Amino acid sequence: MKKTIDFTVNNEQKSVQIRSADTLLITLREQLGLTGAKPGCENGDCGACTVLVDDQPMKSCLMLTAETANRSITTIEGLHDTPIQKAFLEHWGFQCGYCTSGFIMNCHALANIHPDANAYEIENWLQSNICRCTGYEEIKEAIMSVLKTKEAGTSG
Amino acid sequence: MIPINFEYHRPTSITEAVETFQQLQLDGKGPLYFNGGTEIITLLRVNQFYTNTRAVIDIKAIPECCYTGFEDDHYIIGASIPLAQIETMGTFPLLGKNCSRIADHTSRMKITLGGNICGKIKYREAVLPLLLTDSELTIAGPSGQRHVPIHQVFDQHMNLEQGEFIVQIRIPKLFLDVPFTSKKQTKIDRISYSLLTVSAIKTEQQIRFAFSGLCNFPFRSQEMEKALNQCQLSVEERITEAIALLPSPILNDLHGSAAYRTFVLRNTLEETIAELEGES
Repeated sequence: MKKTIDFTVNNEQKSVQIRSADTLLITLREQLGLTGAKPGCENGDCGACTVLVDDQPMKSCLMLTAETANRSITTIEGLHDTPIQKAFLEHWGFQCGYCTSGFIMNCHALANIHPDANAYEIENWLQSNICRCTGYEEIKEAIMSVLKTKEAGTSG
Repeated sequence: MIPINFEYHRPTSITEAVETFQQLQLDGKGPLYFNGGTEIITLLRVNQFYTNTRAVIDIKAIPECCYTGFEDDHYIIGASIPLAQIETMGTFPLLGKNCSRIADHTSRMKITLGGNICGKIKYREAVLPLLLTDSELTIAGPSGQRHVPIHQVFDQHMNLEQGEFIVQIRIPKLFLDVPFTSKKQTKIDRISYSLLTVSAIKTEQQIRFAFSGLCNFPFRSQEMEKALNQCQLSVEERITEAIALLPSPILNDLHGSAAYRTFVLRNTLEETIAELEGES
């Protein structure tokens, strides 16, 4: 019942053998060793497994790997020294860290897609992720700082 | 992890999708059409519903399912358009508003309009604007394609024939910008299942009302509308009459007792009527 699909993960071409019932989360973690996407609820509620599919945030527990054939996936392992990663460090946007990669992926997408996001859009997007340590204010400060930086044109 | 195995098919035309369904049905694989797939994935993971499914047919690569635009007197939205996209389109503000309160933004990138209105979940708030505007559905199946008034196929649930799927939703243009209000009340947080949702539009003749979270299914009731539009009565009397005409008992669950829902319904209807009767 296994079949091969090809896709791009963090700018590298990959070919994986999957069951059609495998979620993207399972494939990333168990076949590709990319454990940055975290299994939390595995029910689409917590956002800890968020990755980018063609630059849009997606909960990888809600997507079959089969749906991602020939598409481009970005996981937290594919981000390097991005403004949002630095902002999370500078603003203490994490505590235990379990939700952090999901938050960063969502924030990264928001900053790229809506660099001029207003308060409503920020809240609308970030309500997709849950932080059980309740570090929401710091996370909000982190994303605000990136959006402000982008507005000022000082960051790519 | 989803414990069962199934085949995954991704047709690129309506004909291919229907033929694939028929073949898989003959093969005894209990096929399901798959749009955003969020409900199928989450329910299969916990081994509830759809457990006889051995094949899914992803319809998102069918161009007609991804179309949006105007045709004659209708605004067309493909069944595979994600709710997050509808939220930002602005063409049909009431639908955009209701979509913006379903699940959370990232999930709405995956949940589709067709998937929401065909789901098993009791809320399905995206169907309310379609009921209020007498929308039509383009349905494809073994007998070909047909345009059907939503009221003919939606009664508590979407009642499609075996092998059929919704290709597009057709909203009459004249309703796209009528005065409306939609209020989703939740127990605590903004992101939550609905305690109740009341959506309403004002036409030339009357105010139309549709409900979700109140009973076990979303609905629009002509009888309740008639009661709520009796302008010779006080608003309180109209609401009391309308509540007596509910099509099913009010939900009584963890999100709220029936008594609390009734209390919230009264207030929500009062606000809705005040807003729309105040519209010039």
